[in-house]
Amino acid sequence: MEEPRMTQIFIMGKAYDVPAGITIMDAMEHAGYRFIRGAGCRSGFCGACGTVYRKEGEYRLEFALACQEMVEEGMHLTQLPFTPAPRADYVLDDLDPNENVLLQFYPAIARCVSCNTCTKACPQEIEVMDYVQAALRGDLKQVAELSFDCIQCGLCSMRCPADIKHYHLAQMARRLHSVSSSPEPEHLTERVAQIACGACEGDLNELMQMDLDGLKAQYAAREIEKVPEETL
Amino acid sequence: MSAKDSMQLINGYPAYMRESIEKVAATRAQRIKEGSPAPMSAEEREEVLTNWHPDYKADRKRDLAIGVSKGARMPHEVADVLEAYPVVSADQIDVSLPDIEVQVLILGGGGAANVAALHAVGAGIAPEQILMASKLRLGDCNSIMAQGGIQAADRAVDSPAIHYLDVLGGGHYTNNPELVRALVNDGPMIIDWHEKLGALYDKVDGNYLEAHGGGTSRMRMHSAKDYTGLELMRVLRDEVRNVGIPVVEFAPAIELLLDRDGHAAGAVLLNLETDEYVVVKANAVVLATGGFGRLHIQGYPTTNHYGATADGLVLAYRAGAGLIDMDSVQYHPTGVAYPAAILGQLATEKLRNQGAEPVNADGESFVYPLEPRDVEAAAIIRECYGNENGIATPSEIRGVWLDTPMIDEIHGPGTLKKRLAAMWMMWNRHGIDITKDPALVFPTLHYQNGGVEIDADTQTAVPGLFAGGEVAGGVHGKNRLMGNSLLDYNVFGRRAGLSAAAWAQSNTPKDLSLKHVDDYAESLEAAGVKHERTAPMILPDYRREAVVARSLDVL
Repeated sequence: MEEPRMTQIFIMGKAYDVPAGITIMDAMEHAGYRFIRGAGCRSGFCGACGTVYRKEGEYRLEFALACQEMVEEGMHLTQLPFTPAPRADYVLDDLDPNENVLLQFYPAIARCVSCNTCTKACPQEIEVMDYVQAALRGDLKQVAELSFDCIQCGLCSMRCPADIKHYHLAQMARRLHSVSSSPEPEHLTERVAQIACGACEGDLNELMQMDLDGLKAQYAAREIEKVPEETL
Repeated sequence: MSAKDSMQLINGYPAYMRESIEKVAATRAQRIKEGSPAPMSAEEREEVLTNWHPDYKADRKRDLAIGVSKGARMPHEVADVLEAYPVVSADQIDVSLPDIEVQVLILGGGGAANVAALHAVGAGIAPEQILMASKLRLGDCNSIMAQGGIQAADRAVDSPAIHYLDVLGGGHYTNNPELVRALVNDGPMIIDWHEKLGALYDKVDGNYLEAHGGGTSRMRMHSAKDYTGLELMRVLRDEVRNVGIPVVEFAPAIELLLDRDGHAAGAVLLNLETDEYVVVKANAVVLATGGFGRLHIQGYPTTNHYGATADGLVLAYRAGAGLIDMDSVQYHPTGVAYPAAILGQLATEKLRNQGAEPVNADGESFVYPLEPRDVEAAAIIRECYGNENGIATPSEIRGVWLDTPMIDEIHGPGTLKKRLAAMWMMWNRHGIDITKDPALVFPTLHYQNGGVEIDADTQTAVPGLFAGGEVAGGVHGKNRLMGNSLLDYNVFGRRAGLSAAAWAQSNTPKDLSLKHVDDYAESLEAAGVKHERTAPMILPDYRREAVVARSLDVL
């Protein structure tokens, strides 16, 4: 294999030569950092590795997940340990899904100045400011849909000049939208009742008492359900 | 093409791969028309597994030298952490005056831990009488990374018994039947619980959008886009916070405590930032510490989170819990093979249940896309290294194409981006549009099939110690099916929470001790194990060797 091309980055002001084409997280480890905080799933799902950086010659701060973003020549970076934002405790079953419920628990949304800093900070490309506006209107469905890809890294709330706790209010909105507007399908309710009254025990007991050859024959004879045409 | 030109990136892929990508595109319409290859027979499965699955290489395993499961066969990397010396001895830590006393101590911060905590409260334990101790943050875990879905037999054409048969056949009939019964029977109730907690599953016209997974005979995969694990984890975590269950983060357990009767009695936690230890006394302990992906068995990259280092196995084994099915490792058939920056990260099985099929360098399909995972993985390895039909990457590994553009071809434009938003974004960050070009994949280390032996109430061989989720074994036998890990952590996390609550209400440990740790060290000595390794590992070390070699411990 060829020697990797190297690139120079700055971690908290110090220069390091690291292989080009690797992630910020791998580059920091290559440089000799060993993470305790600031590393979690390492696949872009947990939000532990929010990173702030500046590119050479730019004045603007950029935001990313260290496990997903590649290093670039001249990148000046630091990692922000996850900073918890205050959240409102609530009892889901007691909430009234009216248009003011989010405002009641998160009144700071009324202070949104529409600066869009939250959206620019989001490594998931979520229209964060738009869902804050939807929250102001009390549109739970739209908050739920717009915020669905949120990994709760908290970068939006750290940047917000109005101290809005975007990711917490979105969590509450999704749960409330689910219980108020997305009811449980009947077939699930029925199956739960069947299991509770023991109606599924007989077939299970029969399989549990079957010998290995019997099980293998049953398994080989399974009918694989066809994917219905209308979903194709 | 010059060497330099062939490495020039065109839409994210080196130019030399374009010829093969064009072949995949050229055969696509015909492949969709003809359908994928048929599923393998039992004999064909056996043949490809024996010859090509990493688990079947005898020289990559050994028999465990000591402990209650002495003689059990397992990968060297797992045996290495079990045959390792403790980081503390009994005389170093005074456990007679605990710093914290609770009724239920929950070790872990992932799916099973959160579910156990909520159910312990449901069973009557006051929230402040619980402590959750997590190595990383609450929710930094494999559960949050799960993408494809969760199985539950809730449709009229399906039943727990049909689910049972799928699980048992997929696991090569090696599963503990009582545990499988619990898994499939509790499934619908778990989805019902999630609904009540406000989880948002994918629905169309008020019904679940349910799909197949590898090895299923009914469509019972419930999903939340390809963020199923994220959606469940963040709802559970939010509820744990609402209920007010105390959590200590960056504080993994480094040993369990036993009492004079050999019952679980708490743990020693380590503050990872200050290095200070904390002694926690508890009436019952729930082990929900997850799996071992970060041991990089056989050198494989892994989909697992940073803390998946088998600590729970180590602690429980020293305390006397038995292990089961430790010879079996799950390699997910489709990890990222290119680009190298995200090597080994997960390409969800949902890509295949939505229509994408594996295709070789010549654009030919070679395997039924939804075989059980071990079979699918072995078939991909065979295609690359047996049939020599793989695509070599610049980092000199091989992969096959997962023909992702098929998804929108079959279901209509926009489907992939809607149902597989996370996958689209992952590759898009590297300039690859998987709605237009296929993705290059190869198996990656994904899941610990075996683990601590439990009964259907999650009781381990150590009274008062309950285990649920990936740390526990027996549910999946030698191979887990897609969508059964999310179900597993819910079913057995719940049972662990209930069992621990019941135990805690009627048992109080007396005379806490770490003697079992010293005893374990003595048996390592007796077996002639050299003082080369310590465990638990806590976190892997990915620093460059040249830096580690020159590092001085001065401060």
